[in-house]
Amino acid sequence: MEVSSGREHLYSDTELDLLEGQVIEDLKAASQEPISDPDSWLDEELSQNVLLTRLDWIINWGRRSSMWPVICFPACCAFEFISVMGPRFDMGRFGMEVLRASPRQADLLITAGTLTWKMAPNVRRIYNQMAEPKWVIAMGACGISGGIFRSSYNVVPGYNRIVPVDVYVPGCPPRPEALLYGIQMLQKKIARRGNFANGGQP
Amino acid sequence: MTTSLLTTEVAKQINEHLPGAVVETTDAAILVNGNSLLDVADFFKNTAGLDFDYLTTITAVDYYQYFEVIYLFVSMEHNHSLVVKARCSRENPSLPSLVSLWRSADHQEREIYDLMGITFEGHPNMKRIVLWPEFQGHPLRKDYL
Repeated sequence: MEVSSGREHLYSDTELDLLEGQVIEDLKAASQEPISDPDSWLDEELSQNVLLTRLDWIINWGRRSSMWPVICFPACCAFEFISVMGPRFDMGRFGMEVLRASPRQADLLITAGTLTWKMAPNVRRIYNQMAEPKWVIAMGACGISGGIFRSSYNVVPGYNRIVPVDVYVPGCPPRPEALLYGIQMLQKKIARRGNFANGGQP
Repeated sequence: MTTSLLTTEVAKQINEHLPGAVVETTDAAILVNGNSLLDVADFFKNTAGLDFDYLTTITAVDYYQYFEVIYLFVSMEHNHSLVVKARCSRENPSLPSLVSLWRSADHQEREIYDLMGITFEGHPNMKRIVLWPEFQGHPLRKDYL
């Protein structure tokens, strides 16, 4: 007695077996010789394995692609910086996800927040401890000019009173995109730097 | 929730033990004589039923003619609170320190000294806390420019 499966098949079971066997036969027929190992470039001419570049360019490339910020965030812009560090905006895309607790291992000082005169000597000291070459981004209205606290008795009117600033990022606080744009501007600035000619000046 | 004590009843208790200490009583606070502030505070801390074991806040106000210092006492045991005020003149801005009773008064009295220029007698370390020692003047006074 024939048992119906209740379904209409395009191929019978026998035909399916034959098709599957044909695939194996085809692959086996096409695989009689081993594929050569991808090492033929080892024997190629030296000219295809040498990259010519300027020493300036390669040094600047290394520097701008691995800027490590020091942890020095005196006030509230730090929270905007934290979101830049986080997965949503992800500063690590630009080679600077490594925050350094020691200024001696850092290249970049991001001045996230209002600076009081009482705190100013400590920020100055952190900047002095950073190894050359080093850069500073003034983040937010307070970092640029003291912001709304400019006329206060205890607020430094702009970080450029105590450290040289390379890039100013306005906003109160700046959007994370703005800080990322400022970082990219600094990277462009570093790319133009001359390390040997002109006494190290761009 | 912390309930605030009735100022009139507490003022009555103070008057029984320390006559002349209370200057004025309003719904919100008890104004005490500056000279007897330390005695009143000691009474608050060591009287059964009051037991103010926690001094949460001290602030100061510049009213041009005089300064007013405001203390907020809380009892963790009974979960009640009380506001006490004391005044000092502009010519002699000085009040007794409460550090000997509550250590929480330490930094707050130093901050008031720093920004308002009120000296707290008996404070173990009466120096500036927010600003640096060479700073001239007291910035939260109304006549500071």
